[in-house]
Amino acid sequence: MSSQNTAKVLDHFDLFRQPEYVEMLDNKKTCFEGGRPDDEVFKIADWTRTMEYREKNFAREALVVNPAKACQPLGAIFAALGFEKTLPFVHGSQGCVAYFRSHFSRHFKEPTSAVSSSMTEDAAVFGGLNNMVDGLANSYSLYKPKMIAVSTTCMAEVIGDDLDSFIRTSKQKGSIPEAFDVPFAHTPSFVGSHITGYDNMMKGILTHFWEGKARADNGKINFVGGFDGYTVGNMPEIRRIFDVMGVDATLLGDNSDVWNTPTSGEFTMYDGGTKLEDAADALNAKGTIFMQHFGTEKTQEYVKSKGQEVVAFNHPVGVAGTDEFLMAISRLSGKAIPAELEKERGRLVDAIADSQAHIHGKKFALYGDPSMVMGLASFLMELGAEPVHVLATNGSKDWEAKMQALLDASPFGQGCKAWGGKDLWHMRSLLATEPVDFLIGNTYGKYLERDIGTPLIRIGFPVMDRHHHHRYPVWGYQGSLNVLVKILDKIFDTMDATTNVPGKTDYSYDIIR
Amino acid sequence: MTTDVKTRNQELIQEVLSAYPEKSAKKRAKHLNVYEEGKPDCGVKSNIKSLPGVMTVRGCAYAGSKGVVWGPIKDMVHISHGPVGCGQYSWASRRNYFIGVTGVNAFGTMQFTSDFQEKDIVFGGDKKLDKVMDEIEALFPLNNGISVQSECPIGLIGDDIEAVSKKKAKQIDKTIVPVRCEGFRGVSQSLGHHIANDAVRDFVLDKVDGKAGEFVSTPYDVAIIGDYNIGGDAWSSRILLEEMGLRVIAQWSGDGTLKEMEATPKAKLNLIHCYRSMNYICRHMEEKFGIPWHEYNFFGPTKIAESLRAIAALFDDTIQEGAERVIAKYQPLVDAVVAKYKPRLGGKTVMLYVGGLRPRHVVGAYEDLGMEIAGTGYEFGHGDDYQRTTHYVKDGTLIYDDVTEFELEKFVEAVKPDLVGSGIKEKYVFQKMGLPFRQMHSWDYSGPYHGYDGFAIFARDMDMAISSPVWGMTKAPWK
Repeated sequence: MSSQNTAKVLDHFDLFRQPEYVEMLDNKKTCFEGGRPDDEVFKIADWTRTMEYREKNFAREALVVNPAKACQPLGAIFAALGFEKTLPFVHGSQGCVAYFRSHFSRHFKEPTSAVSSSMTEDAAVFGGLNNMVDGLANSYSLYKPKMIAVSTTCMAEVIGDDLDSFIRTSKQKGSIPEAFDVPFAHTPSFVGSHITGYDNMMKGILTHFWEGKARADNGKINFVGGFDGYTVGNMPEIRRIFDVMGVDATLLGDNSDVWNTPTSGEFTMYDGGTKLEDAADALNAKGTIFMQHFGTEKTQEYVKSKGQEVVAFNHPVGVAGTDEFLMAISRLSGKAIPAELEKERGRLVDAIADSQAHIHGKKFALYGDPSMVMGLASFLMELGAEPVHVLATNGSKDWEAKMQALLDASPFGQGCKAWGGKDLWHMRSLLATEPVDFLIGNTYGKYLERDIGTPLIRIGFPVMDRHHHHRYPVWGYQGSLNVLVKILDKIFDTMDATTNVPGKTDYSYDIIR
Repeated sequence: MTTDVKTRNQELIQEVLSAYPEKSAKKRAKHLNVYEEGKPDCGVKSNIKSLPGVMTVRGCAYAGSKGVVWGPIKDMVHISHGPVGCGQYSWASRRNYFIGVTGVNAFGTMQFTSDFQEKDIVFGGDKKLDKVMDEIEALFPLNNGISVQSECPIGLIGDDIEAVSKKKAKQIDKTIVPVRCEGFRGVSQSLGHHIANDAVRDFVLDKVDGKAGEFVSTPYDVAIIGDYNIGGDAWSSRILLEEMGLRVIAQWSGDGTLKEMEATPKAKLNLIHCYRSMNYICRHMEEKFGIPWHEYNFFGPTKIAESLRAIAALFDDTIQEGAERVIAKYQPLVDAVVAKYKPRLGGKTVMLYVGGLRPRHVVGAYEDLGMEIAGTGYEFGHGDDYQRTTHYVKDGTLIYDDVTEFELEKFVEAVKPDLVGSGIKEKYVFQKMGLPFRQMHSWDYSGPYHGYDGFAIFARDMDMAISSPVWGMTKAPWK
């Protein structure tokens, strides 16, 4: 009789632990796999956690292992989806778009619509003009977008396809109406990362609407979030903050609706997004606030060149960060920060005061996009925690210097180090040789949690193995509270998990903490 | 199926085609059809370039090689050679289960990349690749080999990965396999499978020339080919073959090792599950080593029993008795599964859109539960897949090759199946429409679905999807 049954169906979690499978797999290993003996494997496993290994690991010059970054067109799609009825169109090989759509859907648990120009070998030789001409016509007919935002894969970049002229030609050939909005951005995957692609596409869209227009200050404020896995929660929270302050603001690239559609019996491919007329009118704003300095540099420069004031933050989380964010809005708009927000601030401070004893002095490692880890590290130090290793695979030398300065400026950042351009295999060595209490990162951090045992607090992009966290903001006082709770939950769960042996450690298994 | 359904399906096809520009409508028309009983194929063209701009579901050759064929070989390091993205998006997402210590003697859920920068594009990446291999050797000494999975730029900038691989293989005395699976090659994942198979032939099988494998052969040695062990599929298949008295000497490629690949020419029979992705290497082994191959189907008890008997018929009485013994052993489980789930699922309709073998292979499993297939299609099938499909589908079934998201949405809206089985990109579209959905690539994070043990899970999952209370809540009661 097999172990399988219908009373409690055994799936992969339990099925393969049944004796018949254990025996089968042992036999496969011994007779056919040709692996090394277990003791040799364990010896090497132990060696990978040594300082000697760390030195070898950090001596790497070419190999990248488990990086915490993706490529440009992913960010371009992210930015494009933030505009009203906009279809992202990626010029190049089609497999890329299949990957981008899957990647976003695995994080947001939502459909992600984007098209490819499906270039193949002939296009590699002759260029992809025909793909663009036919592709735009097909997209326009089938998906009835209001705007098509074109970016590129590395294939199109290597062969040197020129988007500007291709789009013009397509219009001349009647693929799409002459007046139809087709902003574009070249987004080579071999330059920067997904945040660079966001920057390029955001700049491309603004350029499309703004170039050649005269600016007349209308007193409004623009907001640019940057590439943000919490956009679904963050954008409405930012909108609420602006509303509470009575500030007339334009959220540029607000993709919080398209990745948050209801299950209502109907699929809506487009939802929400920055209205195209608002995107055009954003030229006339008094200033633009960028929530993530790193990954919006070119857009900032462009906005500045148009005569607007630019204020850039590094993903503010926590009391001081949010204070600065609100004060900047207030200064730019001339509107006072209302009592309602001050009360929220007080509640966040209250929550920190209630819980600080459990966080104070705890050591953290964190990784993610450069601005995000800066914001999180600042918050940790505000909580009295120590961000020992702060890593950004897509962090530049400039980021590394700024991040290090931020750490050095706080008593809680002493002995802490910023690591730009390193990957999660580097992080593994750091965690093994200079252990910390907790790790903050995206889903891939679970491999570090498994290998080293450092409990993982999932904050970042992508988070594919936990559901719905992206629905909650991490910005503003309310968002900061969410981050605090995420951190605390893991701290308390870890306390319980390490004190629950009856008669051995459970004296500390407290009912009140 | 009734004439009504056939007519409706024909009209549906005309309706979706009318949305395209004329030139594109003409091209798409060849990929859509209603199956006519008795015809030798499904009447659709396939393995043709996707139209640009239509939202094809297809991937690329790299996905076919790294993601499907090579990636699961657990004791080798597979370099995603080129920019960072391809390796990142395909990192551990296909659920090819394996046993091993990750980062030490197994590497299946790691992302190794040469992370090309602009200078690598301008000056070429061969020197970098050379160094990448040295660093792999230094940090992961228990790797049993390396494969180079080419991303788009490699073939465009004129890199010679073959020369680098040859040099390094000699230097470090391990198998190094250059694979020319640049994403722009071919029209889908499919060419990537073929290229990957050819690389196995040239850099693994030819190298050892049938002389590998330290074990003593038996007359009952077989290899499992084209099972990627998604959620453990190959394991719940292997157990049946071993229970009937065969000995599985290699798994390709789920939970597989280089050694197993090398030893495969010692098999007496190659058993192939995913024909689309690995028929090439089976044909090669047949030609070169005289090993026959046999297609089987381990989805659902009807097809499993049929397959076990057909496999057994190629061996002696011992194995034939073994097959009967296995079928008898699992009959009570099958009966219990059918008794529990058929009353709940009987008569329900399903629309499928998947890749590889699944658009046809899973049909029997649904039918075992009393469910009917209203439509099916392949992401990257060829003519021979559509021929084989005729053995599975009924008259009037809607057939769609390389369907676009637009078409699939319209088809599903009109046909209103009780369940849709497709991929992650489609899942949430149809759930928004209030339709039960199961991912039929990743088993929606469940599995295994192969074998008798897997059938119980398959039945449970389909029931779970269809019987969820959530689908009754999509409309507000005041509306």
